Amino acid sequence: MDQQAHEHHEHHIFEPSEPTHHAEHIVSPRVYLVVGTTLLILTGTTAAVSYVDLGTFNAVVALAIACIKMTLVILFFMHVKYSSKLTKLTVAAGFFTFLVLITMTMTDYISRAWGRW
Amino acid sequence: MDSHTLAAQTAETGHIEHGADHPPFLRHHFENVPQQREAATFGMWLFLLTEIMFFGGLFCSYLIFRNWYYPAFVAGSHTLHIWAGTLNTTLLIVSSFTMAMGVHAAETRMRKALMGWIIATLILGCGFLCVKAYEWHDEWVEHHVPGLNFSPEGFLHGTKDYPDDKLPLDMAEKTQVYFSLYFAMTGMHALHMVIGVSLLTILLIQVYGGKYVNGHVAPIENFGLYWHFVDIVWIFLFPLLYLISRHQ
Repeated sequence: MDQQAHEHHEHHIFEPSEPTHHAEHIVSPRVYLVVGTTLLILTGTTAAVSYVDLGTFNAVVALAIACIKMTLVILFFMHVKYSSKLTKLTVAAGFFTFLVLITMTMTDYISRAWGRW
Repeated sequence: MDSHTLAAQTAETGHIEHGADHPPFLRHHFENVPQQREAATFGMWLFLLTEIMFFGGLFCSYLIFRNWYYPAFVAGSHTLHIWAGTLNTTLLIVSSFTMAMGVHAAETRMRKALMGWIIATLILGCGFLCVKAYEWHDEWVEHHVPGLNFSPEGFLHGTKDYPDDKLPLDMAEKTQVYFSLYFAMTGMHALHMVIGVSLLTILLIQVYGGKYVNGHVAPIENFGLYWHFVDIVWIFLFPLLYLISRHQ
């Protein structure tokens, strides 16, 4: 009875917004296996592509593959896909801040007199 | 206790005294285990964001200096072994997989499986460090360690694999910037690996003693987050240090 009353009360308070405790989702081993295999294939791909001369695009392809791998690790191994909105927002805000810092720094350097330092 | 009294007490203290209903690992200031776990995940991610900024600064300076001393960075990158980088990336990705499986074993409360996955992760992590140590030794032998035994000699006349790597002396000296960043980045990454292996050893002993398979998943899960983060750092170090300069 006490427990029921407690739950009812809590529901009343938190219902309109995000619940304070997120229902935990146990990710299945099959997902881990598929993601792990994909990561290994991408590693093989990026190593193989580095042997082909693509000029500037060697760097573009290698970094694009690295970004895909990072996204897979974050979403599945680190459970962000299954996490609460709070966790998702935290991760997104962190990466956004990081991109702002990198962009500002690069903007500064790229607009300087290259070649005359 | 009627529901009004209970509601008042909940509003005042933030939780209800369950007495013996508490699992022993549930801290006093949390209502229940999922809330405690959510708070732990949130805190861990905040820590990881500071780590992103830390490694991000290193990556940023790498990109700037690579533009700055481009021929030196290309020549420096040519001295690394791609097979070692690929092998290490593979070891780390497999270790991330075994760690994810470890978290799964903790969630499904399987002690032996959890210990097995932790041991597998430990072995793969140590394997990574061994390959890294081999590479560092190689760089020491080649006189590529700035400040300790650096010599620009190897970059003046071309190498067996890259006969065109004939840098003028001032640019050959600048390969020290490449190797400084190389050792700073792989060194900080390896330090994180050593810390990870140490923490994992402690967790293994605790799991052996029966912890973390009773619903108290947060420590295992948070260690998993740390381990995957270290994996992500390497996912970017690998192309930047080993791959992108191969044909330049």
